[in-house]
Formats: sequence, C-alpha cells, structure tokens
Amino acid sequence: MKATHNGSLRKSLGTAGTYTVLGLISLVMMVPFLWMISTSFKEPQQVFKYPPQLIPSTFRFQNYAEVFDRIPFQWFYFNSVYIAALVVGGTVLFASLAGYAFARIPFAGRNAVFLILLSAMMIPHEVTAIPMFLFMREIGWIDTHLPLILLPIFGAGGVFGIFVMRQFFITVPKELEEAAMIDGCSRLRIYGQIMLPIAKPGLATLTIFTFVTNWNEFFDPLIFINTRSLMTLPLGLSLFTDEVGTAWHHLMSATVMATVPLLIIFFLAQRQFIEGVAMTGLKE
Amino acid sequence: MSDKRKKRMRGPLAREAQIYGWLFVSPMVLGFTLLLLFPMGLALYMSFTDWPLLGSHSYIGIDNYRDIMGDSLFWQVLGNTVYFTVGLVPLNIVLALLLALLLSRSMRGIGLFRTAIFVPVMTSLVVWSIVWKYMFATDSGLINQLLAVFNINGPAWLYDTKLAMPAVIVTSVLKNVGLNMVLFIAALQQVPASLYEAAKLDGASRTKSFFNVTLPMITPTIFLTVVMTVIGSLKVFGQIFVMTQGGPSNSTKVLVYYIWEKAFKLFQLGYASSLAFVLFFVVLVLTLVQWQLRKRWVFNESDA
Repeated sequence: MKATHNGSLRKSLGTAGTYTVLGLISLVMMVPFLWMISTSFKEPQQVFKYPPQLIPSTFRFQNYAEVFDRIPFQWFYFNSVYIAALVVGGTVLFASLAGYAFARIPFAGRNAVFLILLSAMMIPHEVTAIPMFLFMREIGWIDTHLPLILLPIFGAGGVFGIFVMRQFFITVPKELEEAAMIDGCSRLRIYGQIMLPIAKPGLATLTIFTFVTNWNEFFDPLIFINTRSLMTLPLGLSLFTDEVGTAWHHLMSATVMATVPLLIIFFLAQRQFIEGVAMTGLKE
Repeated sequence: MSDKRKKRMRGPLAREAQIYGWLFVSPMVLGFTLLLLFPMGLALYMSFTDWPLLGSHSYIGIDNYRDIMGDSLFWQVLGNTVYFTVGLVPLNIVLALLLALLLSRSMRGIGLFRTAIFVPVMTSLVVWSIVWKYMFATDSGLINQLLAVFNINGPAWLYDTKLAMPAVIVTSVLKNVGLNMVLFIAALQQVPASLYEAAKLDGASRTKSFFNVTLPMITPTIFLTVVMTVIGSLKVFGQIFVMTQGGPSNSTKVLVYYIWEKAFKLFQLGYASSLAFVLFFVVLVLTLVQWQLRKRWVFNESDA
C-alpha cells in the first residue's frame, strides 16, 4: 500500500517536473514572438521604456503602414511567394520524373548516374556560388530572378527530391505497372496516371520541404539581387535591419508581417510540415 | 508466362526503357551538369588562379592555398567556426534529446509543447536572427531590461568580443533544436516496447533502462544527427550576417562569412574559391566518416 502510494507520488512529481521543463523551454521559444508582436504596436519612445511592457499602453497601428513607406515590402512578399511557387513546381515535376525513372525504368547507366547525383549533394553551395556568379554575369542574369528559380531546382534541392521520390516509387507494387504496360499504356501515362496519384503523400512532403527551404533562402538572393524591388523577404528584411538602426517598432512590424501568414499555414498543416522538415534528417 | 515476359523485356520494351529512362532523367541531368557539375569544375580551377572581377585572371598554382596557410585572419576565422560548432552541437543534441524523451511520454497537452518548440524551425532564419538581435540589444533589448529588474546592468551582448559568439550560439540552438528533437522522437518510437518490458522484468530502473536500452538503440540516429548538425554549423552564415556582421573585431567572423566577404565584397574570386574548397574538404571528410560508420552499424544490426 505504502509502496504504491510512494510510486504515484513520485510519478506525479515526475509529471510536474516534465511540465515545468517543457513549459520553460516553450516560453523561451514563444517570448521572442510575443515581444515582436508587442513591439510592432509600440510608440517609438515606448520601445526604450523601462520596465518593459508586454502590452503597450497605446497601440500604434501606423507602424505597419509606415513600413511600406520605407521599403517595398509588398514586392518582397510577392517575389518570395512566386519564386517559391515556381521552385516547388519545377522541383516536384522534374524530381518525380527522374525519381520514377531511377526507381522503375531499367535504362543503361542508371546506377552510375544516380550515384553521381547523390554524391554531388555534399558539395557545399558556397563552392559553386562563385563560378555561378560569373556565369550569370556573363549571360546577363544578375539582378534577375532566373538564378533564384533555376539553381534550387537543379541543385542539391532537386537531387534530394529525386532521392525522396525514388525511395517512394520503389515501394509501389510492380504488378500495377506491368498490367498497364500489357494494356499498351505508354511510360508517360503510367507516370502521370498511375504513379503520380499513388505518390501523393511523397509529393506533399517534398512540396513542403522545398517550399520551406526556398522561402528561407538567403545566400543566393544576397549574391544575385541588387535592386530593392526585386529582393525576397529574407534579403529585404536583412538590409532593412541595417537601415532602421534602433527603429525596432518598424522592424518588428515588418517581421510580424513576414512571419504570421506562414505560421498560420503551419498550424493548419502541422503534421505534414513537421514530416516535411524532418526529411532534412535524410538529406546530409 | 514469366519466361515469356522476360523475353519481351529484351525486345522492343528494352529499347523503350532506354529511351524513356533517359528522357525522364534528362532535365535533371542536364540542369545538374550545367548548374552544379560544371561550376564545381570551374571553381576548382579558379582556386588555382588569381581571379579579379574585372580584367584577366592568371594561373598561380597552389599559391592561394599557401597564402591561406599563412593568413592569420583565416586561422582566426577557422577558430571561430570551430568555436561555434563546438559550442552549438553538444548543447543542441543534449537539449534535443532531453526534449524528445520528455515529449515521448504520454501526457495531456504534449502536442502543444511540441508545436511551440518546433515553431522556430518554421520561422525564417533571418527573421529569427533579427528578433534575437533585438532581444540582445543593449538598451531596448528584453534580456537587459529583465536583468535591470534585478538591478543588473546588462552588457552590450553583440558588441562584446567575448559575448557576441555565445549570443549567436544560443540564438542558433533555439532556432534548430526542434528539428533534431523531431528526429529523436521518430527514433525513440522505433525502439521496440518489448525491450523496455524485458528490462522492467529484469528489475532495471528508468535510468538504467535509458542507458542500457534507449541509448544503444538510438545511437545511429544520434550519430547521424551530430554529423548533420556539425556540417550545418560549419556552414553557418545567415545569423552572423544579420546579428554581428562578423564583428566585433572579427570575433564572430566564420568561414562562410569570410568566403562571402572575399568573393562578393573584395572580389578576390580565386582566393575565395580556395577557401570554399577548404570547406568542401572538411565536409567531404565528415560525410565519408558518416558513410563508413553507417555501413558498420547496418552490419551490426543485421548481425544481432
């Protein structure tokens, strides 16, 4: 009797400890966001006020409007969204085509080509960025979005996509394909009408992974883009940081606008997002 | 039947496989050759040249690499990169493992914590760094304002040669710990429950079953995660760019930042390429070690 009592006491203490540790760490993760939102509504002089106020005494909504006066924020947004969309589309299309071929079509040189692609994944992006810069300058693509769209599709991200899709297609039963072939279906139709629909979960994960990676991409835009209105969100915001100095209220309004929509989507499709991002575990 | 099928595969079907196989992989193979393989080769050549942005370049053999060896800033930068890595990796792994263990217990509201800890992973690195630059700000930053409540005069975190790097490390750990946590949770779920039951029957305490069951079972995942986090740390750039720009007095200047500066600010493209190859070499060695060990583990697993 006494022993079980002790046991349950220890168990509830353990539970309390777990909640405390998790609560504290979650708080450390959440405070920056709360502080960001709070500051985004503050009067400039309130920002420096001591003691710190989480809920501002007055809300200054024009902080948000003023961001648009200082930077072409809407263009940062538009550029980020449309570039990410094209990169996702391109990656999913080309990686699934190649992934299907590597998984299912026995063509000559298949394994060798696949191995070369895979081993190239460990090339740090910084190595190829320098010649790429010269190449893009040569063909006049500096300060255009073309490198930002093409490089991720055909770079390490695309190769990773091939790997993921190949793993997925390998698990599909061969009989499905063989039956279709005997019926005289072409490879293209087998890919489009049989394999792709089956691979939907894999495609969804790849989509999310590619989107998140691209949405946050910073190095390439920094190298290739000079014109303000052509910048993506991360680049535009990082340069804005240098300019505003201590005008934190403006900077925080901008980061709120940059973060909140994605976080809402994240809360809606959490499971897929966590799976998609956890795929980086396979990447290196 | 199956013989007949095999025979048919050698005929027109085989030719069809050649055509469609190459057709399907050709966009990727072409793009890859043009945008990755070709630049890789050019980068290697560039690393043996003096290559300015304008004007002609000249082949100088291994001079760049020799210069790197004698470049005191390079050694400082390498030291900073190692400092960042050594500071970040253990913190990140231990915290991620602890969180994964706590979160794999079935308790009410556990999903909420998991979400909270994963949200920074979803946040753009630049945004996260901007917000933390603000948190660490000397006068208006929340950290110093909270310290002031206890009558502590907070330091100028990001402008102090001793404190800037730790501040960047903490920022980076908080940003990415959720990712490793998710990987560990997945690994913990793979451990068969029967092993825990057996350990319990043998009278093992929770601590004991952690060290004798859990830890050995997830060692491969831990190792892969460590290597991955090390490689990621060696390439750190965004948070440095946003928070400190490599300062104060070069105390947070890391390898990729140095490469970027040499290539795209000073336009010493040949020298920057050699630096990039130094990075590539380190990553290559780490990756090979990882492959080797992964093979050994797979062997051990099938052996057992």
